[in-house]
Amino acid sequence: MDPINKSIVQSALNGFLNRDVYLHLETTNGAYAVHRKESNMTVGAYIRNGRICFGRGIITGDGPYRVGLKIELGWVYAEGLTDFETDQEGRLLLAGHDQDGRLAVALELSLSPFEL
Amino acid sequence: MEQHVLVVFPHPDDETFGCGGTIAQFTKSGVPVTYVCGTMGQMGRNMGRPFFANRESLPSIREAELEKACQAIGIQHLIKLGLRDKTIEFEDPEQLTDRIEQILKEVRPSLVITHYPGHAVHPDHNALGDVTIRAVSRLSLQERPIVYAHAFARDCQDMLGAPDIINDISAVSEMKLAAIRAHRSQSQVILPRLGNGQFKNPSSKNSYSHMLERESFWTYRFS
Repeated sequence: MDPINKSIVQSALNGFLNRDVYLHLETTNGAYAVHRKESNMTVGAYIRNGRICFGRGIITGDGPYRVGLKIELGWVYAEGLTDFETDQEGRLLLAGHDQDGRLAVALELSLSPFEL
Repeated sequence: MEQHVLVVFPHPDDETFGCGGTIAQFTKSGVPVTYVCGTMGQMGRNMGRPFFANRESLPSIREAELEKACQAIGIQHLIKLGLRDKTIEFEDPEQLTDRIEQILKEVRPSLVITHYPGHAVHPDHNALGDVTIRAVSRLSLQERPIVYAHAFARDCQDMLGAPDIINDISAVSEMKLAAIRAHRSQSQVILPRLGNGQFKNPSSKNSYSHMLERESFWTYRFS
């Protein structure tokens, strides 16, 4: 992955507009956050292969970045995004990494389902 | 003398960090070790330092790291259950127990090493440890292997008492270290702590300090 280039990411988001898109969205502070006393809560959530269709998708901020996708009945939102990759399968991978390179948030879009 | 050891853990690297030295001791003395690995650690947050993996490339990277780590500590037989990271506790425990029972009947281990359910911090650890204990308890007393349960919750000694098995692994520490290095995406964050001696400093209170010296287990008591 590379540090986010806003204009490349924005044009990649545009490529998914008004199509059936598979979403991977997650945030985590690590399964051992409490055990290692890095936090007083272990918190994480993910959805893999949620199917969405968005008519508006924007990346904003000065880094770390935020992304909002406006779907028919609501929104998809992520903040803390630092790095991106568009891979060979046309997927857009966005992630936010901390100073140790550990993933804290991810938002990924694909036209075909992500592998389980 | 054990005849065959079956190790059951959910993530690539659990076998190394938790009991890599103990496994190396067995394989070095000619005892075959089979590792049943539940998932490919698909949802790990460590991506290497500096990070070289991403959420989508991580599973195949970790699979290759696992093969290399198995070589380092002499594991010759690896069974991948194909489950998904963080989801084991939500699967049907009966089905998982059936699968482990089937493996137990094929491998016929004299010793099983797994996580101590309820005392192993990560929900996947507790869930797979639980179904493994259930599967072993289905066997008749004559067939039943000994179970070494691995626990590392902060309060585990208060809850379980002192571990009854304490293995000095210093003679195979290099093998364990090679396996830790093989799990590159997961170990790069902690490896710098090796450089400043924290791994080997007995006065250090950090959780890595004894990693290359000893490994502890509780022999599971079936009620």
